[in-house]
Parts: sequence; structure tokens; C-alpha cells
Amino acid sequence: MGDTMFGDLASVRDGLKDVDYLADDGIASVVFLAEKLGKPVLVEGPAGTGKTELAKAVASMTDARLIRLQCYEGLDEAKALYEWNYKKQLLRIQADRGSDANNEDWTDLQDDIFNDEFLLTRPLLEAISAEEKVVLLIDEVDRVEVETEALLLEILSDYQVSIPELGTIEAKQIPIVFLTSNNTRELSEALKRRCLFLHIDYPQLEREKEIVLTKVDGISDNLAEQVARIVRSIRQIELKKSPSVSETLDWARTLVLLGVESIDVEQAKESLHILLKYQSDIEKAAKELTVEG
Amino acid sequence: MLDLMSGFVVELRNAGLPVSLTENLDAMEAVKHIPIEDRDAFKYALATTLVKNEQHWKAFETVFEVYFSLRGPEYNVLDEEGEIDEDSLEEWMSQQMRGMGGQGSSEDMSPEEIAEMLFRALMNADEAMMAAMARAAVTQFAGMEPGRPVGGTYYLYRTLRNLDLDGMLDRLMEQAQERSEGDMTSLQERLEREEFENRIEDLKREIEAEIRRRLVADRGVEAMAKTLRKPLPEDVDFMHASREEMANIRKAIQPLTRKLAARLARKRKHKRKGPLDFRATVRQSLSYGGVPAEPRFRNPRPNKPELVVVADISGSVAAFARFTLHLVYALQNQFSKVRSFVFIDGLDEVTHMFQDEEDITNAVHRVNTEADVVWVDGHSDYGHAFGVFWENYGSEINSKSTVMFLGDARNNYHATNAWVVKETAKKARSVFWLNPEPKSYWDTGDSVITEYATHADAVFECRNLRQLEGFVDHLA
Repeated sequence: MGDTMFGDLASVRDGLKDVDYLADDGIASVVFLAEKLGKPVLVEGPAGTGKTELAKAVASMTDARLIRLQCYEGLDEAKALYEWNYKKQLLRIQADRGSDANNEDWTDLQDDIFNDEFLLTRPLLEAISAEEKVVLLIDEVDRVEVETEALLLEILSDYQVSIPELGTIEAKQIPIVFLTSNNTRELSEALKRRCLFLHIDYPQLEREKEIVLTKVDGISDNLAEQVARIVRSIRQIELKKSPSVSETLDWARTLVLLGVESIDVEQAKESLHILLKYQSDIEKAAKELTVEG
Repeated sequence: MLDLMSGFVVELRNAGLPVSLTENLDAMEAVKHIPIEDRDAFKYALATTLVKNEQHWKAFETVFEVYFSLRGPEYNVLDEEGEIDEDSLEEWMSQQMRGMGGQGSSEDMSPEEIAEMLFRALMNADEAMMAAMARAAVTQFAGMEPGRPVGGTYYLYRTLRNLDLDGMLDRLMEQAQERSEGDMTSLQERLEREEFENRIEDLKREIEAEIRRRLVADRGVEAMAKTLRKPLPEDVDFMHASREEMANIRKAIQPLTRKLAARLARKRKHKRKGPLDFRATVRQSLSYGGVPAEPRFRNPRPNKPELVVVADISGSVAAFARFTLHLVYALQNQFSKVRSFVFIDGLDEVTHMFQDEEDITNAVHRVNTEADVVWVDGHSDYGHAFGVFWENYGSEINSKSTVMFLGDARNNYHATNAWVVKETAKKARSVFWLNPEPKSYWDTGDSVITEYATHADAVFECRNLRQLEGFVDHLA
């Protein structure tokens, strides 16, 4: 398989930038390696730092189809991998009975009802069997139980799915796989070992400013700088939940809508509820912003 | 390259990172695709294949700096003879100086000149200049001599003392004030200060890295890696943690409690089912024509103990008590009720402080400042404290309570009053004792842990976050 999707590191970074995703060195290197080594990427980090966004960006950069599997407690094989369309199978059997019965062999019938026609593909199988380029996003993998994680292992290491009745289906092309996790529990060693690991943290000041500038229309350079600085300042306070990038963006948009050119303390305090979602956090931050200075 | 990599991986394992064979192979494969000259990319390539836990990133970075610090072209501090290449460095510096407006040659830079240039570099956030100045400062101030058996922190301290960065911060602020002609709002001022503080942090890191590079050149990679080896946050001993390590533990405890809570909730949900639910089974059987094909079970009654924490908060074990309280209260909804008492030689109930304060950190702070725990002299007296506990609260212990005693049981040779633990154990569902001291120290000197331990259901050594987590997991 010719891995000529990405030329070198710089092209990855630029490519991501073209689709409005500002990657830092770490992110770009990992995406580059993921494609080169054909390994899935486990993306971890606080909520709202662009984990899911990264997968979408890579998909649109490579013109690939994005297939998404949202994980939740109780996810099983039938929802993640494949399922037999038993209603259709029943119909098939009954249709058989109606016509010239008895001379058809049971094995023939069995072969007949266990083939592709009666198979419902679910995201994982779909990603494997797709002809075109695919980015597979397995979102919030930490929500499934440890036992269910095992479902993913075969597809992640060998890019294949074994169906007892049909045999093994191997990937026609190797998809780029992203798994995201909010780290609410420790993932199993087996899963981690198969993946490249990427931790996306809150961005540095410059990068956050860039992000604000690209994503928020009509914001001035000066305001973006101020927004980024205030957010950094708030993140240094010990809070229940630090403001995420998406909240920063919401806040910046609000400020633009309000026609604010330069933020003063009052404005900052009044709009804090967009950045912070806990009353105690808002009070704490408001106090910090006024007292020290 | 192969030697280097395997040495690197061995060192990572020594530092406590779990690196498996496949991960090692992945790393080898990954670096094939990355030019080693691109140092950052190289670092990320190794990190992404070898480090699978964010907490371990710092340890990885340290090892990486040691092993690969001398290998990029722009980091060539040494020429072939292994001497520090002063000439080219100086030359490069003087070029930089001329670019800055040319105040003379760099032959003999005085401390004032270094300070001046540093000031400018910080003001303009000129990274190249800052790196150059970090080098100059180390050359000038650290007084490094080959083979001298002192740690890097000593050199760091010497360099930083001479640079007077606090004074620098004040000067930077003044300058910024002047620039904006005095009409800075307090918010702006705060932001500006943070910006400078940030830059100064960068500079410190640069200086540290520079010192490390030179030490590596002097002593060799293995020796250096060994001296820099630090325990991972979850393995840091509570009793001997430095301030920086304490801060790391505090940071680590937040995600830990979240994880633990999620795990406990899940465990509860997926545990064995309760007894047969007859009504539901009959109702279910209707869809099978009255045959009870699918039995239904009651959800089990959640096992939520009532927790009573009795913690020693005298100097030596204060940190341990603080973290344990923090953890227990973060998991409050896993228990039906939590009551907490703290003592040194007197005893005080602090439950209300945790109930009033929404923020656990504040509450812990209040416990340390407001609780009335000194009776005579403020030296641990378990005997008296337990006596008070039994007298005032003993009647409230019942068969639902789980009692946790936290402390090193170093009693300053007072009476032990071990009968309190015995009586508590009779009434309570279970009694645990957590001791933050290593097991080998138990019962040495004035430690009387065994006298208490004989009455408790179990005694756990609980020296670091990992052990604490294990215990709480077991408890709930």
C-alpha cells in the first residue's frame, strides 16, 4: 500500500491549517506517524480541547469519509461491529417454503441466509469494508466497559473483523483511526499498547489566540490577544472546570456580538458565565480578577 | 542509534514507566519516518509510542533531555575535544548583540550587561536571545567545574541568585507601565504581569536545560539520568514530598478522584444481582404464556457505608491526612454519610467545614487553621485524643459505621488508650488504620502501631497516592 497520503511533517501541519485546525507540533507529528505506521491514535485530554474536531479535520483534509462510532455504556457487538438481519433471514426461509419445498438442502439454505445480503454493517465493519478512504472516529471510548474494549482490539491491531459464519473480513484500505477519551477511567493496557498516544491539553497562549482569530469572524487582533490572556489567567486559578477552547470561542463570539473592542473588568465579570459553568467557579474567578491586579 | 534507543528505553523503565516490547518496536519504526534533526518532532514521535499516560510525560521529558540533549546540530555546545566551545558561542553572541544595537564586544560581558540584555530579551519575548542569554548566564554565574560532585540544583540556584529574576519582573512591569503611559487598568496589569512571569518561567527552564546539557557532557548520560530520576506523582512518598512534588500530587488527585468515583459507581451497577423479584418474574412470564422463562432479580441494595474518619494532623503526617480527607470528600456520594475528626493532642469535629465549603481545597485549609486540636503542647497524643473521641462521639458509632484512623501512631510515649480502638471495633462494622510510614519503621521508636493494630480489622501502609487509591477502591 503506497503511503503517499502525506509527504512530510510540514505538509500535515499546513493541510490541517487549511481546514481551519491549528495543530501544534505534537499533534502534527502524531497524525503524520499514524498514517505512516498505520496505527490508531488514542487522543486524550480535557473536554472541549478539540479531540473530536481533530478527527473531523483530518477527514476533511484527506477528503476521506468520516465514520463515527459514539461509545456509551452498554455498547455491544451488534451496535459496533455487525448484526444479522434476522427478519430478512426469516422472510427468506419462509419464501422458500412457499415454493418447491423439501428438495433444497439445509446447507444450501444456510449458506444462503448467512451472506453479505443479510448482514447489517455497523460503523466498525463499515470502516473496514469501505472502498474509499475512511477516517474512523471512536468517540469517548472510556465510556464502554472494560470487557467491551476487547471488541475493538482485533480491528485496531489487524484491521480485520472475524465473523464466525463468514470468515474474516480484511480491510481493503487501512483507515486512519482516532479514539478519544475523557479519561474517566484507565483504559486497558492492551488497548493502549496498540495505539499511538496523544494528549491534547489547553493550548499555549499564541496558539489559542490563533484559534480565536481563525474561528471567530470579525474579531480584532487586539481583542483576540486579550481574550487568550484572560482565559490563560483564569485557567491558573484552581477551578472545578477550567474553561475549554470551545468555551473560549463562545466567549470571543459573544464579545464580538456585543461590540466590545477592549475588555475591562466589568465586562469580563458580566460575561464570565459563558466561560465557566459552575456558580462557585464564577464567583471565585470574578473575585480573583478584581482583587489582584 | 540502536544502542542509544535501547539505553533510552531502559532508563524509561528505570524511571517507572511501563514500556512494553511492542511499544519499543513501534518507537523504532516511528523514528525511521522522522528526521532526527527535527528535534521536537523526534521527541513527539518517541513520546507518542512510548508514553501512554499523561502523568508520565514529565518523567519522559527529563529522560529525553538527558539522552538526546547533545545530538541536535544547534545544540552543539561541545567541539571534538569535549571542551566547551566558547569561541563560536561568543562570536554568535556578539553577532546577536550587534543586531541589538551593538554595545561593544562580548569579550567580557559584565553581569550588568547580561542583566540588561536579558531584560530586553524578556521585554520583547525574543526567544533566540533568551536562549543565548541563558547560556551566557550559566557560563558566567554557575561556576561549573568538571567532575565536581554537586547536583544540578546547586548550579541552578547559583545562576538564578545572580540573575535576580524577581527584581527583573518589577523592572519589566515598570517598563510596561511607562509604555502605556500609566493608564493601565488593574486587569491589564495583571495580564501583563502574568505574561512576564510566563516568560521568566521559560527562561528558568532554558537555564535548567542548559545546565543539564553541560552536566551530561561532563558526567555521561547514564550517571546523569540516574541522578535526575524522580518518582512518578503517584509514587511520591507523602511524608517526604518536596513542595513541588506536593503540588504535583495535588494536581494528580483531582483526576484520580474522578476516575475512582466513576469506577465505584460502575462497579456498583454491574455487581451481582439481588434476590429474585417474584412480581417482575411473573409479569415477564406472561409474554411466554405463563412460563417463567426469564427470571427477574431485584437490584441489590447499594452497600454504602457510613464513614468516620479520625485523622492525625500533626506536622509529620499532615500532608497524608489532607490528601485522604480530600479524596474521601470528593467521593462523598459513594458513602451514605461522612464524618471527620482531626486531632493532635486534642480532638475536634470538622465535618461542618466540609459541608459549608463547596470547594474541598478551602475546606482542607480551614481544617488546618480553624480546628481546635491542641490540648496541652501540640505534640501528638493519640491516647488523649482517642479518649476524647470515645467520650464525646463513641455513642454515635453503630453497626453501619466504618471507622478509619489515619496516623503514624507516634505517640510521644504517652498512654496509648488502645481500648478505644477495641471498643470502637466492637460497635462498628469495621475499623481500618492507615499508616503513612513505611512498614519497616512501624513499632520503632515511639510508634505504637501494633497496640492499635491488634484491635483494628486491618492496617494498611499508605505512603503514596497509588496505595491510597487502592485502599479507597477496596473500601467502597
